[in-house]
Amino acid sequence: MDVTKVLDAKGLACPMPIVRTKKAMNELESGQILEVHATDKGAKSDLAAWAKSGGHELLKDTEENDVLKFWIKKG
Amino acid sequence: MTVKMMTAHEVTQKVFNKEELFILDVRNEDAFEDWKIEGENFEYFNIPYFELLDGVEEILEKIPSNKEILVVCAKEGSSVMVAEMLSEAGLTVSYLQGGMKAWSEHLEPVKVGDLKDGGEVYQFVRIGKGCLSYMVISNGEAAIIDATRMTDIFIDFATSKEVKITNVFDTHLHADHISGGRKIAEQIGATYWLPPKDAQEVNFEYAALEGGSVVTIGNTAIDIHALYSPGHTIGSTSFVVDEKFLLSGDILFIDSIGRPDLAGKAEDWVGDLRESLYSRYRELSEELVVLPAHFMIIDELNVDGSVAEKLGTLFAKNHGLNIEDESEFRRLVTENLPPQPNAYQEIRETNMGKVTPEEEKQREMEIGPNRCAVR
Repeated sequence: MDVTKVLDAKGLACPMPIVRTKKAMNELESGQILEVHATDKGAKSDLAAWAKSGGHELLKDTEENDVLKFWIKKG
Repeated sequence: MTVKMMTAHEVTQKVFNKEELFILDVRNEDAFEDWKIEGENFEYFNIPYFELLDGVEEILEKIPSNKEILVVCAKEGSSVMVAEMLSEAGLTVSYLQGGMKAWSEHLEPVKVGDLKDGGEVYQFVRIGKGCLSYMVISNGEAAIIDATRMTDIFIDFATSKEVKITNVFDTHLHADHISGGRKIAEQIGATYWLPPKDAQEVNFEYAALEGGSVVTIGNTAIDIHALYSPGHTIGSTSFVVDEKFLLSGDILFIDSIGRPDLAGKAEDWVGDLRESLYSRYRELSEELVVLPAHFMIIDELNVDGSVAEKLGTLFAKNHGLNIEDESEFRRLVTENLPPQPNAYQEIRETNMGKVTPEEEKQREMEIGPNRCAVR
């Protein structure tokens, strides 16, 4: 996957992972991909819902050693 | 204006007193749909916090100016952010301390009655999830029935009453919440009782709670008389305390009855459930005060916040006790059942001692309402 930017939101509690993701997304062009790393469990459902409501596409998400990773394509 | 913090205890008092409150719930829509703070005179508006990152202007018109406002989220962080934004916009608002996580774990002790020898019975209302635990106190000793995971609350309460916890019971193997019974018993050196038919797969030591067991709390005999009443689970056991209170576990609730399917055997256990409710309970005094292990809806709370009703009244009013036709009863409790409680299989395995999830994981497993009943 051609990732444009990686955002490290590990250790941050809600709402910061989404606040940072939104900021990072603003700097991308439509079609570019943002990779987000987070440890807040709530980020999973929140990022999915946020991406959907913002017209972005959550391409993939994984969970490894308590680190959640997301790949979001800007809409 | 200002941002204030409101505790789960304060919100609970508003529920009990039927006060008005406007709840701005900033969790995801599906989380809100699944489970929220229930109050008879509460109003709600749900919008996820991430829709408000650019400002709260668009929702200002949805927020009443003449009501107390509480912002709620999953763990607190987002509700503080939104409350601060509203405050900057000129409103006076509060946020819920600890969010829905704290709401799920809050227990409110309510006295439900006195014993003949001067002892007392307390009900611990887990208002957010609908679980009810009990403490029977007599002459310096205490018994706990259906303790929740938040064990400190029971231990601290016993300390404040200057009583020693000697016996801890579970009416059955729970599927909706993680029992704190075994942990309390281990910590205090009390006896932990569990019905053996529900304990076939457990990997810890327990005292076998069987129909007819009599346990005495205190110097004066406060008999906790165990009554075998299968149906919700095969081992489900009710208690009669002091010939006055019937602790019905998950067999009989105020406005509903126990569902027999959470251990996977609805068809097998529906007959047991019927016999427990329609034969065994019928033989008991109608004057007994029923104290169940759950409530489902806020209407089941009495004015003082307790959940209790005379058995005779339930025989007259509870729909689940008034189905003459056996096949209709069978249909009610086996078909069109509500969704099962969140993570109920994992919760059962935790209560059997087969797995020991971390605390954060345990919290997550218990999210949402108890869903142990059918109406």
